[in-house]
Amino acid sequence: MSSDTLIDASWLDYLLVAIYFGFVLGIGVMARRSVSDSIDFFLSGRSLPAWVTGLAFISANLGAVEIMGMSANGAEIGMPTVHYFWVGAVPAMLFLGVVMMPFYYGSKVRSVPEFMFRRFGTGAHLVNAISFAVAQLLIAGVNLALLAGIVHALLGWPIWIALIVAGAVVLSYITLGGLSAAIYNEVLQFFVIVASLLPLTLIGLHRVGGWDGLTDKITAAADSAPPEAEVATAAQQLESWPGTALSGFDSPLFSVIGIVFGLGFVLSFGYWTTNFVEVQRAMASDSISAARKTPIIGAFPKMFIPFIVIIPGMISAVLVTEMIDLKNGGSPDGGASGEGVAYNDALLLLMRDVLPNGLLGLAIAGLLAAFMAGMAANISAFNTVFSYDLWQRYIRKDHSDDYYLRIGRLATVGATVIAIFTAQIAMGYDNVMNYLQTLFGFFNAPLFATFILGMFWKRMTPTAGWVGLVAGTLSAVAVDRLAAAGVIDLPGQGAAFLAASTAFVVDIVLSILVSLVTKPKDPSELRGLVYSETPREDRTDPDEAAMPWWRRTVPLAGIALAMVIVLNFAF
Amino acid sequence: MSDTTDTTDSKPHKAGVFDVRNIIGALMGVYGVILTLAGIFGDPEFEKTGDVNANLWTGLALLVVSAVFIGWARLRPIVVPTDFDRPDDDPTRPAPQRKRPPTH
Repeated sequence: MSSDTLIDASWLDYLLVAIYFGFVLGIGVMARRSVSDSIDFFLSGRSLPAWVTGLAFISANLGAVEIMGMSANGAEIGMPTVHYFWVGAVPAMLFLGVVMMPFYYGSKVRSVPEFMFRRFGTGAHLVNAISFAVAQLLIAGVNLALLAGIVHALLGWPIWIALIVAGAVVLSYITLGGLSAAIYNEVLQFFVIVASLLPLTLIGLHRVGGWDGLTDKITAAADSAPPEAEVATAAQQLESWPGTALSGFDSPLFSVIGIVFGLGFVLSFGYWTTNFVEVQRAMASDSISAARKTPIIGAFPKMFIPFIVIIPGMISAVLVTEMIDLKNGGSPDGGASGEGVAYNDALLLLMRDVLPNGLLGLAIAGLLAAFMAGMAANISAFNTVFSYDLWQRYIRKDHSDDYYLRIGRLATVGATVIAIFTAQIAMGYDNVMNYLQTLFGFFNAPLFATFILGMFWKRMTPTAGWVGLVAGTLSAVAVDRLAAAGVIDLPGQGAAFLAASTAFVVDIVLSILVSLVTKPKDPSELRGLVYSETPREDRTDPDEAAMPWWRRTVPLAGIALAMVIVLNFAF
Repeated sequence: MSDTTDTTDSKPHKAGVFDVRNIIGALMGVYGVILTLAGIFGDPEFEKTGDVNANLWTGLALLVVSAVFIGWARLRPIVVPTDFDRPDDDPTRPAPQRKRPPTH
């Protein structure tokens, strides 16, 4: 390993990073003074305004996935990456706010597995709590791997030392404050990231000669690429539809179906509506109306994020020497992992090439903050589920509040140590997005199927709840293994979409079959959990009718939906 | 930071430094000042940015953002409610029971 670092930072950059961490720790210390009991620690006492939780909601997700994964995807396949936002995330966030949030907030559960417990009982709850906890540890590993990658790029430390140091920093950050501090930091981090990625995009575009220059360069690069590099054609890279480079299907029709059903409906709805890391943010708001508006307010900035993460990736692929080489089938040395450049490095390399010292420090602070907060969010969600849903329910009941807080802190330490190991798995993937989509297919797609059926069909039985979850996850794993063995040949993220869709269908079909032969719960137990058994006044906020139209849930969601449809047609 | 919120105070008080808008405004302001100074006195590194003083322009933009947030917090301060409804304990779930104060 050479002693040169990938990024050449000056004292000015370090100053900007240090100021950020000073703020973060300051908030942690201030928040610690007001942490009184364990509900405060886990859910911030439900007292934050909707715009704060709305920004925290997307910021919790503006970590590894968005920044590195989406820019890697942008560099590799170009514009079709926008589907993650405009077909995937935004419609799913609107659905969460309009349809599902009343059940979460109204039933006052503290975690998604707890909802499963109330609706389906022990079996489904245990399956869900365990699979959720495992998923959080794996995803925390992704964030940690990327965090360590930046430390390595910046300081030139060996990757394993970087992993341990990064883990220790995240650990101290979580133990300092709980969710309240995490939410404030996420809002802060959102602004720092936008403040660094927006100039990066603008300067990058300026360097390649604007949008026209970018399309010309991508076209020229795609035309001159050697055939063995299997680069997507310029038309595929520059138009979002039909996105064959993303889905891996040759047929445009199947590609559109794969994206809308696999990515849009199953994966994204599954991710956004059942992922406790995100939903936890909305549960921290001060009324049912604010909880419903949280994802909807988040949807507005969310639809513009592709412009500052995907476009820099595309610019990087035509401007940075190593990326051009990589895309032409070469394997240039260097990169954040120290084992050769990968698509994951697209953004870091672009920063190195276009940002002056100063802005570079701002960008590094933003990235460090994002991965740290992303990992902290995974770990705090793991922590909640582990101490309430697993430890308290199945292992040690009826202990004091202090006892569970202590268990929560121990779980935090344990999860951080495990994440250092799961980070190794994540580093084995060239494009981290492929890995994440695979994980989401395993865990979120069957969960979404069980949720949606359980929320709208009161006949669904407790046995069907856990059978559907287990069978769905197993079928997704089976499809993934078949794809890995080469039986199903889908490049891009098509295999992940197919695995998720299979899991969804298997889960729904089996749940219906099992429900028909087993005994359902008594309808009186389903109030607040199933649509037809919940009276209207339990699902709505009485104060909301008095608010002006632009502060009400449904009109806001309508505007967001109209905007995202326009964006889909424009690109 | 001696002006901490005192929850035993009976009259409504403002969130002050705890208001997230002030925190955002302060961080953006500090970054704005540093980048603006770096843009004026530092090496603009034109070969990287393509002849744009990126630090200067970003710094100025951040100062504007900072002013907007601090101005917003000044014009519409958050009043911390002395007493707000917390979710009730649910006896069916295993959770630490909230220790309610004897008088409400």
